Amino acid sequence: MPGAIYAEGLVKTFGEVRALDGVDLDVPEGTVLGLLGPNGAGKTTTVRVLTTLLQPDSGRAVVAGIDVLRHPNEVRRSIGLSGQFAAVDEYLTGRENLRMVGQLYQMRAKEAKARADELLERFNLAEAADRTAKTYSGGMRRRLDLAAALVVRPPVMFMDEPTTGLDPRNRQALWDVIQELVAGGTTLLLTTQYLEEADHLAHDICVVDHGKVIARGTSDALKARTGGERVEVVVHEREHIEDARGVLAVFGKGETTVEEHTRKLTVPVTGGAKLLAEIIRELDLRGIEIDDIGLRRPTLDDVFISLTGHVAALAEENGDAAGGASGGRDRHGHGGRAARKEKEDGR
Amino acid sequence: MTAETSAFGAGHTAPQPRGGIAQSVGDSLVIAKRNLIRMSRIPEMIIFGVIQPVMFVVLFSYVFGGSMQVGNSTDPGVYREFLMAGIFAQTVTFATAGAGAGIADDMHKGLIDRFRSLPMARGAVLTGRTLADLVQTAFTLLVLAVVALLVGWRTHTNAGKVIGAFALLLLLGYAFTWIGALIGLSVRTPEAATSGGLIWLFPVTFVSNAFVDTSQMTPWLRHVADWNPFSATVQAARELFGNPGVVDSPAWPMQHPVLASVLWSLVIIVVFRTLSVRKYRSATA
Repeated sequence: MPGAIYAEGLVKTFGEVRALDGVDLDVPEGTVLGLLGPNGAGKTTTVRVLTTLLQPDSGRAVVAGIDVLRHPNEVRRSIGLSGQFAAVDEYLTGRENLRMVGQLYQMRAKEAKARADELLERFNLAEAADRTAKTYSGGMRRRLDLAAALVVRPPVMFMDEPTTGLDPRNRQALWDVIQELVAGGTTLLLTTQYLEEADHLAHDICVVDHGKVIARGTSDALKARTGGERVEVVVHEREHIEDARGVLAVFGKGETTVEEHTRKLTVPVTGGAKLLAEIIRELDLRGIEIDDIGLRRPTLDDVFISLTGHVAALAEENGDAAGGASGGRDRHGHGGRAARKEKEDGR
Repeated sequence: MTAETSAFGAGHTAPQPRGGIAQSVGDSLVIAKRNLIRMSRIPEMIIFGVIQPVMFVVLFSYVFGGSMQVGNSTDPGVYREFLMAGIFAQTVTFATAGAGAGIADDMHKGLIDRFRSLPMARGAVLTGRTLADLVQTAFTLLVLAVVALLVGWRTHTNAGKVIGAFALLLLLGYAFTWIGALIGLSVRTPEAATSGGLIWLFPVTFVSNAFVDTSQMTPWLRHVADWNPFSATVQAARELFGNPGVVDSPAWPMQHPVLASVLWSLVIIVVFRTLSVRKYRSATA
């Protein structure tokens, strides 16, 4: 039985560009699928097709049990859309925006009003409810946008890069809401370029690139596929690098890589925590002082890089935004402008 | 908290749409209200919309007034009465640019995508916008009529005919906003929609009977002016106001200006509404 979101062989071309090149998806009811990929991979185009905004050249899509191409208006009653391109009206107040959306979902005016009040309260926007959305901060605007998508409590939700451009605190707040939503039984398709986000929120992940799904599975399965664990050591003195390399060569199961400037050595291992203890002991025995040591499982970054080979698109993004983010939590930076670009490419 | 538990939770779909005309009207009114609220929060747009035609009234009356011939008269007072129907008609057509820019802005900001993902009536986003523009046009026209009275414009018929003339003007303005809607859906930026909505209005409104007596034009140009949809409404308004300068031409629209005005406007609405709604359904922001 197909899931709450099902797609088969979706193809969409824009002139020369094959934005979608045979995308298949199957999202079981009540789960979250993370659609992960760089800009221009086809994430947004996929969402646009599934939300009835774009006709594919070929393929089939079923959302909430309804054929998207044959009964688009029926599908629209069962979905909520939030994110990158589904905006709110900045000259209307938060309350006016939500009421309008409710009425356009064909709720009665009174019902739409009550629901708007409830959502404003829930999304911590009650105080700002009668201010125009123009005056809202980025985080408030995203919350309003998400509230608009939830006006009818739809069984299926689509979120296109919901946290792009948000600071870590607001991102965490939005993640909490999304998790609560899924706990309530909503099926969610989420696109993101943040590997961490997919890791955190999604039950299953589809990695897309050049309009194709190039890998799918749980976060753990994808990581396992990329390769096992590694031990990372940062030595205190540059002179100790060679000694440490000698130690790791004994315990490791492959070649040790060395980053001279950070004094970091990495080696693939099998044996986990027990091995780590042995390595520490051996390093200590030889008087090699270390700043940091850890057992590292592959991140989705590693998965992504090993799958697509083109780090550049993501790495550049990370580079310029990472500085502004606090700690490691927001390593992936934001790509508001780049995200817009995918939209442009999708024309 | 009950609000917390009931705010989320899946499984609900939107109510069954009423469908048909009732839903179209309802959705259009929701969108019209939204646009009117927006307009009221950007009052400078309304103010500029009024200043422009007022400026035209003053400039044309006092700069051109003395050197224009209407029929056999060069009296500036006669030209002023002649002029007003033309300015009124030009003013209503300028709503085209507003409608176009508004819709292009909605496309640009992603609001059209939001609307298109909702179970609403197909043409409602555009109908709502054009209705809101109609309200704004009516307001502008009202202010303009007061200014016109102040500079000496008078009507010489009965109230019914005067109201009829304004109704024809508003119908023309409404028709032109549908041209604006199509422009707004076709361009990439609101700025392009504004200039794209205005440029072609100049030849349309100038190669007409709006500002000059067409009997002074070369014959081929006069022919164009006589059949210009815009001229029919100007002619009808002059006739209904009892103002001077009603063109004496064998061309059918000049012989039956009221009927011609209504027909032209309806044709424009049907053609451009059809094209716009089709374009809207496949619109990509």
